[in-house]
Amino acid sequence: MTHGVTRRAGRGEGRTAYAYLAPALLVLVGLMGYPIYQLVLISLFDYGQEQVSGGAPLTFLGLDNYATLLADRQFWSVLGQTVAFAAFCVVGTLLVGTALAVLATKVRTWARMVLFLAALGAWSTPAVAGSTIWLFLFDANFGFVNEVLGTTGFSWMFGKWTAFGVVAAEVIWCSFPFVMVTLYAGIKAIPGEVLEAAALDGASTWRTTRSVVLPLLRPLLIVVTIQSIIWDFKVFTQIYVMTSGGGIAGRNLVLNVYAYQQAFAASEYGLGAAIGVVMTLLLLLVTLGYLRALRRSGEEL
Amino acid sequence: MPRGLSRGFYEAITVVIAGIIAFPLYWMVLTALKPEDEVISADPRPWTAEPTLDSFVRALTVQSFGRYLANSLVVALAVVLLSLLISFLAATALTRFRFRSRTTLLVMLLVVQMVPVEALTIPLFFVMQSVRDVAPAFGLNHLGSLVLVHLAFSLPFAIWMLRGFVAAVPVELEEAATLDGASRFRFLWQVLFPLVAPGLVATSVLSFIHAWNDFLFAKTFIISAAENQTLPLALQVFIKPDQNDWGAIMAGSTLMTIPVLVFFVVVQRRLVAGLAGAVKS
Repeated sequence: MTHGVTRRAGRGEGRTAYAYLAPALLVLVGLMGYPIYQLVLISLFDYGQEQVSGGAPLTFLGLDNYATLLADRQFWSVLGQTVAFAAFCVVGTLLVGTALAVLATKVRTWARMVLFLAALGAWSTPAVAGSTIWLFLFDANFGFVNEVLGTTGFSWMFGKWTAFGVVAAEVIWCSFPFVMVTLYAGIKAIPGEVLEAAALDGASTWRTTRSVVLPLLRPLLIVVTIQSIIWDFKVFTQIYVMTSGGGIAGRNLVLNVYAYQQAFAASEYGLGAAIGVVMTLLLLLVTLGYLRALRRSGEEL
Repeated sequence: MPRGLSRGFYEAITVVIAGIIAFPLYWMVLTALKPEDEVISADPRPWTAEPTLDSFVRALTVQSFGRYLANSLVVALAVVLLSLLISFLAATALTRFRFRSRTTLLVMLLVVQMVPVEALTIPLFFVMQSVRDVAPAFGLNHLGSLVLVHLAFSLPFAIWMLRGFVAAVPVELEEAATLDGASRFRFLWQVLFPLVAPGLVATSVLSFIHAWNDFLFAKTFIISAAENQTLPLALQVFIKPDQNDWGAIMAGSTLMTIPVLVFFVVVQRRLVAGLAGAVKS
């Protein structure tokens, strides 16, 4: 760390340093620091359309917005849905990503290139574009999926669970490449002798994968799992675009879309901000677990 | 099972799976190239005998997609350039100078990267409302607001990455330049910057893609100025409950995906190495 650090310390140096830092600090304090403070502040007020336009005085509510949320059945059902949806996406992403990473080690370069190129395509597709493509694939009348299944006219996005299923499929499709590429790099880093020794001992492919490869990949698996949890827990675009803002009567809402709708559709900014705070705290817990897991796996390495 | 056969078997599976993964993208391009009556056929076929660019023409003219493409490019490029300049200055300060609160700032940089920025839409909406009163071009309904937020979101990671590159340039080089009579300013921009810039390709590509793909903030900030919409927002507006021009929508999706795809192919090696490196350290 000390390499390359100039050791001249003085008042002038400090002043120059702050001059260099000024633009970054200005942007970060103004557009990250201040909004975080504002988010918490707004969540403590009754902040609706009238208060925004100055037509009504601001009332300090304390934790009332949070109490409202905790007593609201819809909040709990949305929270439950969000957790279940994220869990489904995370498990799906990890299964597909791990299976394909292992498969990639079993084939020659040309086949691996074909697989990686396809995955790169899915990875790089912008969320909105991916959502519209999948929406069209599953379109009731003109969709290719209904054509193949012979179910022309069946509306996938009408049923609550089929709609969640199609959205989850899209999310898994665009997020498994990260898992696959990372784990493939991890498997490649395992010394060949380890695998040869396992093969000499007569271990089958499945046995080698389960008892040798996966334990060695544990640190990487933790990283991609937590990363996926963080991403899938705060999904917004796919749900918003594919279910037109949260589904019929809001039955496909997830937390992030719910907060958005409370604030910008219902003008309940205070309530929306409270949901934002809850979401941030939940993700913070996951991140803390992430850091702890990283440190622990670091010791094992 | 003989080894050769089992490998052939795995390769066959791999090709089939790759086909399935790539299929949605194939379908997107195919639909964009199909004549209109084939797109809205109740009997869609996975090929077309008469490819046409009609849908692209419709997307670009009727839906004025060209305008939104330009908007998205302006936002993403502005974010990349500003983030390069600002993070370079900040990284230099954090590596080449010793001053009080340096460690505090470094820790803050790490912490800020963990904030889920999606939760900040509500306060940022009000910030942009106030900015509009002072500097309209950077407030609600203007592209400047999107540049500002994505700049803020990309800075912490960019500064963090750049720190390593700046530290890798020997201090002796700076001393030599000073002896040769170069001012600090000239050293910064003519010696240091060109040396560290290549290392920033991956970071820049990531911030470009984030700004390019963003839907949430574009949706929140560009409320009533249709001419300032970006691609993701424009694409979502196309999707109407009943009458969808799927050909144009898929043409638009294609136009939106291609730049990101090209970038990904260009930087994939660095990206993978960077991810693996980040994971290892």
